[in-house]
Amino acid sequence: METRESTIQDVASDSGEAPLARAYWRANRLVMLGLLVVWFAVSFGCGILFVKPLNRLQMPGTDFPMGFWFAQIGSVLAFVVLVFAYAGIMNRLDRHFGVSEE
Amino acid sequence: MDVKAWTFVFAGLSFGLYIAIAIWSRARSTKDFYVAGGGVSPLANGMATASDWMSAASFLSMAGMLSFLGYDGSVYLMGATGGFVLLALLLAPYLRKFGRFTVPDFVGERYDSKSARLVAVVCALFISLTYVSGQMRGVGVVFSRFLEVPVETGVVLGMAIVLLYAVLGGMKGITYTQVAQYCILIFAFLVPAIFLSILMTGNPVPQLGFGGMLQGEIGTRIAGGEAISLLAKLNQLHADLGFAPYTSGSKATIDVFAITLALMVGTAGLPHVIVRFYTVRRVRDARLSAGLALLFIAVLYTAAPAIGAFSRVHLLDSVAGARYAAPAASEDSVKAVPEWFRAWEDIGLIAWVDKNADGVIDYRPGRAFGGGTPSFVAPPTDGAGRGAHGERIVANPILEGPNELYVDFDIMVLATPEIAGLPDWVIALVAAGGLAAALSTAAGLLLVISTAISHDLLKRTFLPRISDRQELLAARLAAAGAVCLAGYLGIRPPGFVAEVVAFAFGLAASSFFPVLFLGIFTRRMNRQGAIAGMATGFLFTAGYIVHFKLLDPAANNAAHWWFGISPEGIGVVGMLLHFVVALTVAYLTPPPPAHVQEIVTSIRVPRGATPARHRH
Repeated sequence: METRESTIQDVASDSGEAPLARAYWRANRLVMLGLLVVWFAVSFGCGILFVKPLNRLQMPGTDFPMGFWFAQIGSVLAFVVLVFAYAGIMNRLDRHFGVSEE
Repeated sequence: MDVKAWTFVFAGLSFGLYIAIAIWSRARSTKDFYVAGGGVSPLANGMATASDWMSAASFLSMAGMLSFLGYDGSVYLMGATGGFVLLALLLAPYLRKFGRFTVPDFVGERYDSKSARLVAVVCALFISLTYVSGQMRGVGVVFSRFLEVPVETGVVLGMAIVLLYAVLGGMKGITYTQVAQYCILIFAFLVPAIFLSILMTGNPVPQLGFGGMLQGEIGTRIAGGEAISLLAKLNQLHADLGFAPYTSGSKATIDVFAITLALMVGTAGLPHVIVRFYTVRRVRDARLSAGLALLFIAVLYTAAPAIGAFSRVHLLDSVAGARYAAPAASEDSVKAVPEWFRAWEDIGLIAWVDKNADGVIDYRPGRAFGGGTPSFVAPPTDGAGRGAHGERIVANPILEGPNELYVDFDIMVLATPEIAGLPDWVIALVAAGGLAAALSTAAGLLLVISTAISHDLLKRTFLPRISDRQELLAARLAAAGAVCLAGYLGIRPPGFVAEVVAFAFGLAASSFFPVLFLGIFTRRMNRQGAIAGMATGFLFTAGYIVHFKLLDPAANNAAHWWFGISPEGIGVVGMLLHFVVALTVAYLTPPPPAHVQEIVTSIRVPRGATPARHRH
């Protein structure tokens, strides 16, 4: 076995992870799930499944039909925000659980 | 200077830059060659990932596809960018923590199995080879259009450049040339987009002008005194000519859903994109560089639909109903086709068949002639191959419908500057951007091919005793071999290449994404499940595609598709099958050994070392 630095891994047993690691992993999955719900809603929801009813509305201040805008512009912008949000939240979680690098 | 001279200047300068970077960033160890030493900054990795991912197809074809498909083209936008969300949230940080060299590396060690590694190598090679030949072809097309050299010469030149920096520098050389290539390609894409947006909508931001009123020099003329928005005008032009509305789709919702999901998951599973995340130092750098990469990609991917709509309006306005023959001086008011129309016809990417012999271009839905791309009876210089109005005569079987016009998707981006009447240097800049997009993706793919051979096949499977120096030599030789093979495929594309490039995504979605995801998110997944899953996903997806695209193309329509899903979207079903088979097999067979479970525990937290390999 090589040296292990992490407090989490020190207490990890063969049967799985230690409680702290479990909590970190649970929080991580929750963050992912929340962001993936948004991911699904803006693309598959607004851009595909509900595109027809949304197209009856217009994006305020422009002439974009709303569903079309989500499919071609809005979802892409939302994706960018999601990935940065994930990076930000996870860095915070890492520090909170004391598992960030260095 | 004319376009050709400017193109020589820009292509020459950019190639010189790539060579300089290649010499500066020579690889000295396998770690340099495989992962650029592992210390790339998130910003550089973000740019490199963006140009790695954005291929000749993104740069040259996508705006054109959007232009012709309207809303239905959205699948490509959402598919490509949405995949980065999956990659950033579900794979990149964990693979970075795992921290090896290749994707098969992860599969081989996580599942503790040489067979699983070999299955992964086969998938990686197949995906990358189909994809790379398309890039080489893109290089050839740009050269032949702008420098008027044969496609073959263009491909060979492109090969020579990639060979130099990929073989010398490996991932290190590729990374820093990709950074330069991103800067070139995004500048080249945005300059004409901004000009066009100003000319058509009076708004310098294409993403906003796209949803605005028709204003500006060209826009006012097209609007004809009416206050009308660009999209409303576009739908109106579509309705006049009998096309479906631009802003709503004509494909079945289930197929749009499946294609989008297949492209997203496929993007997340493309090995040449995944390995880019091995090159940064820390897990948090992987997360950040995924965000930056997507931001850099989004700049192009939100401008593309704007270019698509601008060029569509312009095409319909200037070409539909125009006379082919140049009008005599006495009839100034007659609408004649623009000059670029003939230039592209000479190259064979536009064709017109005067079915009703009225000398006017009737552009309507449906295909003008059968047999796909036009084949002409004589070269453009030969007067014998010209029809009554001077148009080139095609040899294809003429179809019944009212449409007389064929326009290749790929010309929309390349023709944009000409459409907008921009100076020659802008046209040349776009050519250099297209080359940068094609070369950057080709290099990333070649690296996957060479590392799969030198690292996964030789070092980790068949010749474990070779030294680092020998492995590096093998990697360089494999890269050189892969470049030559890619060049050959680019010059002599087997008939099916164009058909299968899109399926690289389906195969990545059905073979790689699930095996990586399950390896991270389920501790219980074992080698039996992984191998069975990969094989099922790959064989099912490949079988469906081969059946509909190669064996029985006549049946390739919604009536015969399973669940109404086209071959482009079938990767989703392959992926679901992969999940079901892998999980079922895994739970019927013994759990993976303790040291493998330890790997899973360790990759889930950023801190700490990943357990060393070969613990058994």
